[in-house]
Amino acid sequence: MSTAVKMTVNGKAASGTVEARTLLVQFLRETLGLTGTHVGCDTSQCGACVVEVDGRSVKSCTMLAVQAEGAKVITIEGLANGELHPMQAAFRENHGLQCGFCTPGMVMSAIDLVKHNKDPSETEIREWLEGNICRCTGYHNIVKSIKAGAAAMRGATK
Amino acid sequence: MSDTGIGASVRRKEDFRFLTGQGTYTDDINRPGQLHAYILRSPHAHARIKSIDVSAAAKASGVVAIFTGKDLAADNVGGLPCGWQIHSKDGSPMVEPPHPALAVDRVRHVGDQVAIVIADSKSEARDAAELIGVDYEPLKAVVASVDALKKGAPQLHDSAPGNLCYDWHIGDKAQVDAAFAKAAHVTKLDIVNNRLIPNAMEPRAAIGEFDRATGEYTLYTTSQNPHVIRLLMGAFVLHIPEHKLRVVAPDVGGGFGSKIFHYAEEAILTWAAGKLKKPIKWTCERSESFLSDAHGRDHVTHAELALDKEGKFLALRVSTIASMGAYLSTFAPSVPTYLYATLLAGTYTTPAIYCEVKAAFTNTVPVDAYRGAGRPEATYILERIVDQAARETKLDQADIRRRNFIPKDAYPYQTPVALQYDSGDYHTTLDKALEAADYSGFEARRQEAARRGKLRGIGLATYIEACGIAPSAVAGALGARAGLYETGEIRVHPTGSVTVFTGTHSHGQGHETTFAQLVAERLGIPIENIEVSHGDTNKIPFGMGTYGSRSLAVGGSAIVKALDKVVNKGKKIAAHLLEASEADIEFKDGKFAVAGTDRAKTFGEIALTAYVPHNYPIEELEPGLDETAFYDPKNFTFPSGAHVAEIEIDRDTGTVELVNFTACDDFGRIINPLIVEGQVHGGLVQGIGQALLEGCVYDDAGQLITGSYMDYCMPRANNVPSFTVSTNVTLCTHNPLGVKGCGEAGAIGAPAAVMNAVASALAPLGVGHIDMPATAERVWRVLNAQNMPQAAE
Repeated sequence: MSTAVKMTVNGKAASGTVEARTLLVQFLRETLGLTGTHVGCDTSQCGACVVEVDGRSVKSCTMLAVQAEGAKVITIEGLANGELHPMQAAFRENHGLQCGFCTPGMVMSAIDLVKHNKDPSETEIREWLEGNICRCTGYHNIVKSIKAGAAAMRGATK
Repeated sequence: MSDTGIGASVRRKEDFRFLTGQGTYTDDINRPGQLHAYILRSPHAHARIKSIDVSAAAKASGVVAIFTGKDLAADNVGGLPCGWQIHSKDGSPMVEPPHPALAVDRVRHVGDQVAIVIADSKSEARDAAELIGVDYEPLKAVVASVDALKKGAPQLHDSAPGNLCYDWHIGDKAQVDAAFAKAAHVTKLDIVNNRLIPNAMEPRAAIGEFDRATGEYTLYTTSQNPHVIRLLMGAFVLHIPEHKLRVVAPDVGGGFGSKIFHYAEEAILTWAAGKLKKPIKWTCERSESFLSDAHGRDHVTHAELALDKEGKFLALRVSTIASMGAYLSTFAPSVPTYLYATLLAGTYTTPAIYCEVKAAFTNTVPVDAYRGAGRPEATYILERIVDQAARETKLDQADIRRRNFIPKDAYPYQTPVALQYDSGDYHTTLDKALEAADYSGFEARRQEAARRGKLRGIGLATYIEACGIAPSAVAGALGARAGLYETGEIRVHPTGSVTVFTGTHSHGQGHETTFAQLVAERLGIPIENIEVSHGDTNKIPFGMGTYGSRSLAVGGSAIVKALDKVVNKGKKIAAHLLEASEADIEFKDGKFAVAGTDRAKTFGEIALTAYVPHNYPIEELEPGLDETAFYDPKNFTFPSGAHVAEIEIDRDTGTVELVNFTACDDFGRIINPLIVEGQVHGGLVQGIGQALLEGCVYDDAGQLITGSYMDYCMPRANNVPSFTVSTNVTLCTHNPLGVKGCGEAGAIGAPAAVMNAVASALAPLGVGHIDMPATAERVWRVLNAQNMPQAAE
């Protein structure tokens, strides 16, 4: 059975017809063509699909598209505004990515962390990332990136 | 050093697209009119297929076609080929059983491909697959390689009696036996190298496409080596000539070896696209990845080390049983042989080494190269047994290693297991690592931890690897069925910008930046004016791809050779324009100048002249500035290093916490330190994962117990600390850059260092060797199985 859904994605109205079982990540990738959000597992462990829904980071593989009806969704494509978001820039500066597959989820998750905790410690960053798996970087430079990104975001929001 | 040339930590050119969600991975590609595929897989580890009934599924919503192994066989589709042939001790070639892309009458592991369903949507294909009725007659399965070789074990292949693929050996057995006979001390160790599941974060995916107008097939695939896939699939499986087959490996989300191999799905998709004349896409679900990506490691080994009374190693004797899984994956036979036993000298002067390896078929997913591929297994055995020997002979862990290191002045150094090392400096590397790790301060830290009730241990591992596998003729003599050179093309455009075409493939390694640095340095042009292209067989020259830490040592060398040709041709053009002798032209900082004068032409002027040859030595020189080079290495490269791990064990829970990890590595010349450090960090965590967290578990019936991220423990950020890494450079002597390769080092050194640290923490309690992964449960059981003293001190 098909259902119509409407939501705001990256500041623009988005709508489509989905099956009841369609996941938010499928709607983003397949209906809207926003392929920056990735699918790395099928058990909600890896976090490659993290997006922001109504101000909170959400694994978009764990939410049905219909549950996002009326929501404000931000994906990795919606972060940069002409220039890179401070967190994106920090990942680049600190080599916080290699193959890039987990990166969108990492960045989206990191931004949500900094919303909750403006100056996270290394331990707090590592604990927060429990739901984001990276196989390339060994996390060392991701942690460094998030520290630097948080500092830049503090500066940017002063 | 310029800020973009060799030695500079240039921020990566590729990052912008990845950070903004604009990378193009295979699953991000959608072709017009595309259909979707689902692969039906065997739920049994071993079964006869009595019949397959697709009638109900064929009528399901959206279904376009269903194919089984019989359809492939009827169309003369070949089995998946193996790219390396090992010969047994008796000279006979290894057993190569048929490896059909879709099972015909028998399945041999859970996840074996049985049918492909092609439908308008992925969900329809998946739903329809549930309607396929396969009548299986389950057979007894064998999971452990040791069991597979026992009499009476279930037999997988008619052509492989006793499930034996080969029984191979290397080294001088008589010399080793003689050395053991006069040894002052012998250390023995039984050791398991746990099976791992590589788990690149991007699941495998493929799109097959057929162009009616040209008759050309295109395969988009998650591959580390698109030309290898084109060759294997075109020549052996589908019989499509290269000029009608294009393979594209776009952005690839990690490989670690698991995306080297030619997988069944690639062939099935390409073939089916030709049948249906429509593009067909397949994307692996993670649960399927666990059941279908080639696994790694899985060795069971007995090792013995003979020492004299001074602690000098006299001989090493190793006997290994390696699992191949149910079929031979593309390079599987090479991993527990030439990529493994040849590394058993490590960093030491051990004069006699003998190793025998039996490879067994089991009802499990095929096993093949995974980050390090044979070298972590060799390093683990060697460094664990050296650690054990030091403990038994009451020598310090660093001291026993120093007594046996190959000295700095001994190069080239011929080992007793075929390899000739070109360079290294193991003493300095170890000293640097120990200093950075504050090795001498360990005892104080151990006592402090003991006061907190923790068992603290420190472990060392030194390693050698053989990278940039080569030369082609040598590898061929050892059984490789491919060349092992690499190609590079430097295409200078008329206005002086450059596109580099490389046969290697980047799936996280940052080639687009590192290779651009080579070009910026040599041609003296801005790095922004350089683009690196890889991954599309219709664009790049024939190349072997990326694995075995070869891209810079082999692929980079090809680029350097091509750059030499560009510069040499540029000198000829400049000599003409400047009316000077070619011998007097110097090329420096982007300018061709007449030596000792201020008369010069910029690189851009020469490029333009090459393409607009109005004033040009046209009789002697072709127009254009586009040069290709093939580089076939003269030898392997031999990166080496010393790693130090420090752990604490919680006595109550058995939890092992890695508190410090220090690495000092010799990768030869470093082009981009930032990228190199990143490669080390990533390798370390894969090695630490093997040591503490990861282990593939099958039950006795051959069901994969660790079949998801809820059961297979991938390292998370909070499982590991930040690392202290450094380098100690000795140059490779036989490639033009002096580089050695850095991609696998972390995964090679870390398991042994961490497990030696665990051994160090547990040894005071009388605990001997424990196998990886040293999970809390395993350590807790060991601590509680014995009548342990309660005080750690």
